[in-house]
Amino acid sequence: MLKKNNIVKFKEMLIERLLLCCSLLSVFTTAAIIYVLLSESIGFFKEVRIIDFLTDTQWTPMFTNKHFGILPLLCGTLVTTLIAIGVAVPAGLISAIYLSEYATDKMRHIIKPLLEILAAVPTVVYGYFALLFVTPLLKQFIPGLSGFNALSAGLVMGIMIIPLVSSLSEDAMHAVPMGLREGAYALGSRKIQVAFKIVFPAALSGITAAVILAVSRAIGETMIVAIAAGQQPKFTMNPLVPIETITAYIVQISLGDTPHGTLEYQTIFVCGMTLFVLTFVLNVISFKLKRRFQEIYE
Amino acid sequence: MSSRKLDRNMDAAFKIAGLAATFFGLLVLVVLVIDVFMDGFHRIGWDFFTSYPSRKPEQAGILSAWVGTIWIMITTAIFAIPLGIGSGIYLEEYARRNRFTDFIEINIANLAGVPSVIYGILGLGLFVRMMHLDRSVLAGGLILALLVLPVIILSTREALRSVPSSIREASYALGATKWQTIRHQVLPAGFGSILTGIILAMSRAVGETAPLITIGALTYIPFLPTSPVSLSQQSPYVHLSLQGFFDPFTVLPIQIFNWVSRPQKGFLADAAGGIIVLLAITLFMNGAAIYLRYKNQKRW
Amino acid sequence: MEQEIIIQIKDADSFYGPKQILKNVTLDFQAKTVTALMGPSGCGKSTLIRCLNRMNDLIPRFRFEGKVLYKGIDLYAKDVDITDLRREIGMVFQKPNPFPKSIYENVAYGVRIQGITNREFIDGIVEESLKRAALWEEVKDRLHEPALSLSGGQQQRICIARALAVKPHVILFDEPCSALDPIATAKIEELITELKKNYTIIVVTHNTAQAARVSDFTAFLYLGDLVEFGPTAKIFTVPQDKRTEEYLTGKFG
Repeated sequence: MLKKNNIVKFKEMLIERLLLCCSLLSVFTTAAIIYVLLSESIGFFKEVRIIDFLTDTQWTPMFTNKHFGILPLLCGTLVTTLIAIGVAVPAGLISAIYLSEYATDKMRHIIKPLLEILAAVPTVVYGYFALLFVTPLLKQFIPGLSGFNALSAGLVMGIMIIPLVSSLSEDAMHAVPMGLREGAYALGSRKIQVAFKIVFPAALSGITAAVILAVSRAIGETMIVAIAAGQQPKFTMNPLVPIETITAYIVQISLGDTPHGTLEYQTIFVCGMTLFVLTFVLNVISFKLKRRFQEIYE
Repeated sequence: MSSRKLDRNMDAAFKIAGLAATFFGLLVLVVLVIDVFMDGFHRIGWDFFTSYPSRKPEQAGILSAWVGTIWIMITTAIFAIPLGIGSGIYLEEYARRNRFTDFIEINIANLAGVPSVIYGILGLGLFVRMMHLDRSVLAGGLILALLVLPVIILSTREALRSVPSSIREASYALGATKWQTIRHQVLPAGFGSILTGIILAMSRAVGETAPLITIGALTYIPFLPTSPVSLSQQSPYVHLSLQGFFDPFTVLPIQIFNWVSRPQKGFLADAAGGIIVLLAITLFMNGAAIYLRYKNQKRW
Repeated sequence: MEQEIIIQIKDADSFYGPKQILKNVTLDFQAKTVTALMGPSGCGKSTLIRCLNRMNDLIPRFRFEGKVLYKGIDLYAKDVDITDLRREIGMVFQKPNPFPKSIYENVAYGVRIQGITNREFIDGIVEESLKRAALWEEVKDRLHEPALSLSGGQQQRICIARALAVKPHVILFDEPCSALDPIATAKIEELITELKKNYTIIVVTHNTAQAARVSDFTAFLYLGDLVEFGPTAKIFTVPQDKRTEEYLTGKFG
């Protein structure tokens, strides 16, 4: 009696090991991403000097006169990201403050899931909308606007990211203890003062985490820019002309039948590497900020 | 006094700004839906669902696209659901708080934010080249499975965390082992929330385009993957086949992208038609998830 | 009351992180009696009762030193199967915590996880357990309704029936009435008195009147120390320690 049953013990251990393996899959995935990106990129950098890759202002892998400067693609990514953030951060933050400080609980419970639908719409749909609705609409106000441009792609991307900013910022503001607000209200503050002078600063690290994550998302967004922003790598900050982002280039080169092992094929991986490094840094910073915020309030 | 009045006006003004900012996105969504319906509603019909893509826009349909989407979804679900739930259970119920667990967690948080196109590149290098799966349903499904895995893991963890510890204690006190407690009490209690996460993850997979383009799924596909069940006149009459998983495919969003990239107006209408179908699927799945979450809210 | 001693606690110390919760507690429990563990909140009475079925093992930074002998077997020995132990020593918790399943499934669960699938056998155990928990008449026509639809007092009796179903010898009650109204409390107390014919019962309570009503023996704990232990009648009429007296007369919590 009361002696340990080895079969049961073994079964329990086996299950735990199996579940551990499921968890390790995520580590394996990251390792595989890095391995795949690195192994092809190394081939690329045998042919192209890193200094050229980082400083050359032309990206023309498909031309006879080949240039492999990442700057034009980075520039395209930067322009669309800036526009998207310009839309998503103000709208998302105002919406978050409204939901957290002004809206009733009931309203918040109805509005938040509705907003999340915005983020659930497939990006190819937003691409269609940017190309065939927003661009023609904007052309009526901006005659010089090209059919493909960074502006409409960025604007639509921004709208798509609003829920990300508002939802995560609202979570952060919601976590600010009631006591802080009550202290301010007791001194006769109005809602707007409490929101901006008390809650917003207290939730700042959580909000920053949300904004950084939004930047990361905008950098990595692919289909909207592939459809609506064009396929012309240009070293320009002009939002009215066709450009090309890193992600759009990856799509463009994938569409053609690029033979395995060529320099053109390897550009997919080099661009992927650049993209991965950028988003990885942002994701990790965002994660650390969010965790620090949670440690303070939860 | 006047500054107080100003404050009050500011409050009212901010309330309006807040409402505007909140509903702006939804307004855009409504405009988008109307726009797409105006462009593509006339394409929706029996023929649209039963025709293959064609060089003539008025004859083109989404048969291979929606069938492919179903194939890919099933493949994704087969891999992502058990692995995601398993991982969520391990991290929430078994893992001790230490640096290793910390590392796994930060890793999953990062994977959740890795751009989807990177998963496509991973698939290109790993599944298509190294494992020689080529541009198959299996390769596509595996890529999307890895892509949605973090979503399922995170929602599983959240679901398990919300199951009160009193349930676990009650089960242990009756002499249940850890796995019995998880299997018979904790998982069923968190099932609703886990299901919500799965639906959201699958709805994301339905709309993904970029990672599948990266492995070269964008080709003219006027045929379907081999059916898993086929009938014949001779014995054994019913044939089962896994060949479909190794066949090439296309999916709805890729078909839409293909049509959007064409200059002819007729194809744009086809694209809009495809978008109506795709939107209907994703909005339905999200609606179901929201309803489930709402239903699960008042449990404890 | 010449009876066998079923559980012995010897020199028990327990720690949560660096904090010591129990200080050198030694205590014997007699079979088929009710022993009350009484004391103000934070005295370690809940920790003590949870040492008896090793529920504290679930708490990450918890540490136990000393011995708990159940029928002479050291429960903290390396080769003891904790799940078997918990079938011998059942537990009812502070807040009623039925599983979010049907009444029937709640009671049947402990039997099912032992691998028993015989429907008739399980039916029999469910009925017998519900009868012993004085709940059968109230629920026999709705066994397949959710347990959470019952009242708090009924839920607590489901939890008792659930514990009885695995045929334990000892039942631990951790403040079983703290979440219940006076009528439901009276029913549970009545039930405890009834159950002691067949089971050894240990009840944690901070309610001195309850200890006086239901128990044969009372242990008084204060700040992790076992201050006094003896027959309930004696503790309540002639307490030996000043702290016991002060507690009983309501001088502190």
